[in-house]
Amino acid sequence: MKKMLLLGLVVALAPLGAENIVIRNATIMTVTRGTVKGSVVVKDGKIAEVGEKVLEPQGATIIDASGQYVIPGIIDCHSHIAVDGNVNEGSISVSSMVDIKDVINPEDIAIYRALAGGVTTANILHGSANPIGGRTIVLKMRWGKDAQQMIFQGALPGIKFALGENPKRAGNPQGGRGATGTTVQARYPATRMGVEDVIREAFNQARIYKADWDAYDAKVARGEHPIPPRRDLKLEALKEVLEGKRYVHAHCYREDEILMLLRVADDYGFKIRTLQHVLEGYKVAKEIAAHGAGGSTFADWFNYKMEAVDAIPYNAAIMQKYGVVVSLNSDDAELMRHLNTEAAKAMKYGGVSESEALAMVTLNPAKQLGIDNRVGSIDVGKDADLVIYDKYPLSDYAKVQKVLIDGAVYFDRDKEVSGRPQKEAEKKKLLDKEKQLQQQQRPQTGRGGRIG
Amino acid sequence: MKKLVTALLLFGAFAFAEGPQAVAIRSARIVTVSGPTIAKGTVVLRDGLIEAVGENVQAPADAWVVDGPGLTDPMSTVGIPGLAPASASATIGGRGGRGATTTPASPAGAATAAAPRSMGPEDRPQTTSWVLAADEIQPSDPRIATARGAGFTTTVTFPERGIFGGQGSVIDLGSAEKAGDMVVAPAVGQYIALGRGGFGGFGGGFPSALMGYIAYVRQIYLDAGHYKLLKEAYAKDPRGMARPAYDRALEGVLASERILLPANRVVEMDRMLRFAAELKQPVILYGMKEAYRPEAAPLLKQYGSPVLVSLRWSEPARDADPEQVESMRNLENIDLGPSAPAMLKKAGVPFALYADGLDQARDLQRAVKRAIDAGLTRDDAIRALTLAPAQIYNLADRLGSIEKGKIGNLVVTKGDLFDDNTRIQMIFVDGKQYKPAAETPAGGRGPVTEPGVNQ
Repeated sequence: MKKMLLLGLVVALAPLGAENIVIRNATIMTVTRGTVKGSVVVKDGKIAEVGEKVLEPQGATIIDASGQYVIPGIIDCHSHIAVDGNVNEGSISVSSMVDIKDVINPEDIAIYRALAGGVTTANILHGSANPIGGRTIVLKMRWGKDAQQMIFQGALPGIKFALGENPKRAGNPQGGRGATGTTVQARYPATRMGVEDVIREAFNQARIYKADWDAYDAKVARGEHPIPPRRDLKLEALKEVLEGKRYVHAHCYREDEILMLLRVADDYGFKIRTLQHVLEGYKVAKEIAAHGAGGSTFADWFNYKMEAVDAIPYNAAIMQKYGVVVSLNSDDAELMRHLNTEAAKAMKYGGVSESEALAMVTLNPAKQLGIDNRVGSIDVGKDADLVIYDKYPLSDYAKVQKVLIDGAVYFDRDKEVSGRPQKEAEKKKLLDKEKQLQQQQRPQTGRGGRIG
Repeated sequence: MKKLVTALLLFGAFAFAEGPQAVAIRSARIVTVSGPTIAKGTVVLRDGLIEAVGENVQAPADAWVVDGPGLTDPMSTVGIPGLAPASASATIGGRGGRGATTTPASPAGAATAAAPRSMGPEDRPQTTSWVLAADEIQPSDPRIATARGAGFTTTVTFPERGIFGGQGSVIDLGSAEKAGDMVVAPAVGQYIALGRGGFGGFGGGFPSALMGYIAYVRQIYLDAGHYKLLKEAYAKDPRGMARPAYDRALEGVLASERILLPANRVVEMDRMLRFAAELKQPVILYGMKEAYRPEAAPLLKQYGSPVLVSLRWSEPARDADPEQVESMRNLENIDLGPSAPAMLKKAGVPFALYADGLDQARDLQRAVKRAIDAGLTRDDAIRALTLAPAQIYNLADRLGSIEKGKIGNLVVTKGDLFDDNTRIQMIFVDGKQYKPAAETPAGGRGPVTEPGVNQ
């Protein structure tokens, strides 16, 4: 009986897919086409119709959103949640052989909390300990699903680069910045010049590697049977960058290092997809726009280290004015939960419009990640990744009520709140049980195997 | 009655100094594991093997006879107490670490500063894949007698240093003079660890994060595949071809017929099963702290890989901050952990139990009893410590049950093995009789599958 109940609970909690949903009477902030009052129809996980008058499919679940707001799911272009182990393979200067995809932790509670803050998609990055860091992956916050099911299928994978203080910091503790443990020998590079050298040298190697494989592929195409070259995971990722099959997301702060990286990329014939943080982007916005790189920055976080002293809260708006696709990111599990207010800051400081501000946490990061044909706005045909707020979303007072991903409800505030007493009771039961067990065991001595 | 048995045992030990060729255990309840339990029968051991077993078997004239209704439950036990130890001195009967010392290595940052810093997979960091545990066994290791006293007649022991520690070996826990006499199978699988748990002193270097460990293992298998190609091509026609450089790390990997990977959480089971499938390596997962969760058994069943379940059940953190409330997941692990074997059994997942460093008889008995209390039948508990591991390592034709022709490994108890008051009376390893040593209050080797090993 107990098992049946438990099973029932699991079924009830699991988001239901393929269900048709109509969100009625809402204020719909589409991002691409302004604000619409009316309904959103969700069919087979996609947005089927948006408007004042819609055709409601028979048997659809109705969500009454009277007085409430609907926005596209928030997309965080820079996050480190849902990762098992250290986010930095900081032992070496080029760690492009490592992959976040291998260490996705779908049970990280930060995923659920991000959902509760309206985030439906996040770009999960390797840390910034190395000039060329590990491979990155885009996830949908499908809480309750396994690691593979979290992956945003069809999104191009990326790689993390990092410039400036973090990668050049000598004597990082083992495991990179932020890790505890013994400080290891200083690791090259120790200067910004060295950072550039490491990147150039890695791409010199990658070019040779690519040439070897191209020659091999040509021979195979001619019908020959040569022994293939050795696969090198480190250079394979860089070969993909050269071929445009992997996006570069580069952590940077200062104008000089930004220009350096753009020149290096031009020299080797690849593109920087996004400049991450890019706090001095406003100084070189024209050059960034000319390269075609996106800028993913903080709304107003500054002065927390030497290279962040020239940050200004107008950065996002200025870069945008010069034609850079700009997003606002969190880089932090807590900030991730209120990116809507980060967008609002761009309105306050930079004077961008409501839609433009909202785009900085929805459509623009979608563009930067190459997934804007799927997500980022409330348009017919896109994934039904939707957030329902009780109040105007670009406000501190707005609370997320429901979050849908692919048309399935993954977060429901009412259910969350009403479910708490039961969860607490279950936990108390186990805690009492544990206490009892410990009391029983207390007089025992000589637990041989435990000592060692 | 009890006194009588004690007297017999003393006699037995004495008699063994002479070393009879045959032993007959009469009037015993015989748990054969492979077949039905014989309520009252006889087992005859000769020259280290089981010569006969059955209800109507006669004790041979030249056999030393163990008699009396007080002796019950002979049981051959294949256990694996040395599976994944955390300390450097973990190879049962083996030398710890690289040298011939058994001093456990201290945590990260210990004195092996001379080790060159690894700059990538090419440096083959923390790799001794060519090592066989069998080559490092020391018959004088006191832990052999301890494990035997707990009823283990056989163990699978692994060189546990580094990432690719080397291959495990199946050894019989007898008091052999030569280490080679103990070995049942010298190479049964490559032991891979994915964390720093237990091996310190590598002076930093690659890899340092879990994703680095995984990338390294992946690169090794890519390299091994390429190495094999080159070697085959060179063997076919060396003329005009550059000689492939000999690489012992890859030789060790290629020589391993299966790998062992750590997985405690369901997330780790999923990750490691996918990884092994990607590497195209038969795999045994070990740890299994969360195997009780409803999603675990179907996942494991889907891949069909056997698993080793640690008998070191999750416990409340010792000396924890009393203000710190345990997470729901930890509480569930503590509460439901021991129900994992029953759930795996029900789902049809091949599994064995392993001692994970619990080598005191009483601790082991208690740990197994918890699984039984959580739904595992006594027969299945015995199977999970005998025939099941023998099958997992493909040795069921010689170990794991009381059958004619198999190796003469038996445990003789008075009463049911898992009852609280039952004590092991004697143990036969390769047909030789041993008495359990008195339990020592302290011993063991500390926790083995560190919770941090794959996180």
